[in-house]
Amino acid sequence: MIYTIMDTAYIKSLPFLIDGLKITLSITVIGLFLGMIIGSLAGLGKLSKNKFIRGFWSVYVEVVRGTPILAQALFLYYGVSEDLIGLNISSFTAGVIAIAVNAGAYIAEIVRGAVYSIDKGQHEAGRSMGLTEKQTMRYIIWPQAFKRMIPPLGNQFIISLKDTSVFSVIVVHDVVFMAKEYYNTTFEIFETLVMVCLLYLCITIPTALYLNRLERKLDV
Amino acid sequence: MITVKDLHKSFGDLEVLKGIDATVDESEVVCVIGPSGSGKSTFLRCLNLLEEITAGEVRINGDKLTDPSVNINDVRSQVGMVFQHFNLFPHKTVLDNITLGPIKVKGLSVNEAKDVGLKLLEKVGLSDKADDYPDSLSGGQKQRVAIARSLAMNPKVMLFDEPTSALDPELVGDVLEVMKDLAEEGMTMVVVTHEMGFAKEVGDRVLFMDEGIIMEEGEPTQIFDNPQNPRTQSFLSKIL
Ligand SMILES: Nc1ncnc2c1ncn2[C@@H]1O[C@H](COP(=O)(O)OP(=O)(O)O)[C@@H](O)[C@H]1O
Ligand SMILES: [Mg+2]
Repeated sequence: MIYTIMDTAYIKSLPFLIDGLKITLSITVIGLFLGMIIGSLAGLGKLSKNKFIRGFWSVYVEVVRGTPILAQALFLYYGVSEDLIGLNISSFTAGVIAIAVNAGAYIAEIVRGAVYSIDKGQHEAGRSMGLTEKQTMRYIIWPQAFKRMIPPLGNQFIISLKDTSVFSVIVVHDVVFMAKEYYNTTFEIFETLVMVCLLYLCITIPTALYLNRLERKLDV
Repeated sequence: MITVKDLHKSFGDLEVLKGIDATVDESEVVCVIGPSGSGKSTFLRCLNLLEEITAGEVRINGDKLTDPSVNINDVRSQVGMVFQHFNLFPHKTVLDNITLGPIKVKGLSVNEAKDVGLKLLEKVGLSDKADDYPDSLSGGQKQRVAIARSLAMNPKVMLFDEPTSALDPELVGDVLEVMKDLAEEGMTMVVVTHEMGFAKEVGDRVLFMDEGIIMEEGEPTQIFDNPQNPRTQSFLSKIL
């Protein structure tokens, strides 16, 4: 096994794949950052007393969770930006937006669940000493809820990282796209795809292990 | 100081408070007793609008709580509340629990608030716990911190909802001691409690609540030694 992996056919594909991995990681990180903002708004929106705000974010969450990310990416890139508004956004930008919108919906549930899980007495203690709703959220509920969000957010990172692999259909030059380009000329399909999987695992396994440890340390 | 007139409170179809009239004078300690589910907590929570009032009127220092022009956060900052389950903020140190309100609501500087907090910790006998987190404290210590946290807002009234019910019996005494000191300093207090000893010794007046109304009220000796209402008699016979 060690021998075959060190075989040049495997190693030679690496520089190409690593170029793709940089794109994969950039889209994941930027997309998740934006997704975190959207998800926080959506998660808190779903807890709002105002039923229009609640309804709006519920529809968003259900639509995104009920459709495949591949369709969302195609829709964003070809459907909305080209066909509907005639805007030419790069496939990279489309990928970032797709991750942001998609992860945002899942993060919304993470945020809602975490905020909801904080004991009602915390809110009451804050309000009864005269803090406003906003202050109570900011100084009391959110810091406690955020701690509980960290493990599922880490999990979402792993999911979104893998989700980016479908963006090769909108010509994002991610790992999978680069792999296809590479084996279309070299025909070393098996070797290249082994390397693709190994690259993903190099990120996902340490992340998962770290999350396990963190979860135990945070005691949530 | 507190006047309650014909207070009603419903949760949906369930009417929990069915017309409460009560007054609490300055520096008075009023104890509220009654069976579980009779509406004691709901009554207390209406006094600082943690529950929305369905009908009737509550005035604190003349401010009508349901009046739209009253700033509810202002009122709340003058009415301290101590909960059965303490509700300390677990992500903050003991001192930070106490200083949060003074800093954010009253606009004290961090140093001023710390001075206030440390003095109050000394008062409740927990000076050495300032930098600890609530999780490391015993129930009795937690409740004393919660009392200090309320006092830090310099309230005119303190509401206690079964402050010792969640405590191991041997820890109850310390908390009651702190409350007794407060009463002696002239704090106006409304205390929902099952500690009849405390009610007798410290209370100026006792309200017996049942089924959402005040069935009987009077001085502790009168309520405990010579209750008039059969409901009060049967309740007291069960718990004494
Ligand atoms: N938020 C709420 N929603 C619905 N019912 C409630 C709520 N809070 C209290 N109740 C009901 O009101 C009644 C009185 O409760 P409570 O005031 O807690 O009584 P006590 O403190 O005397 O035990 C109970 O029947 C309880 O189930
Ligand atoms: Mg109660």
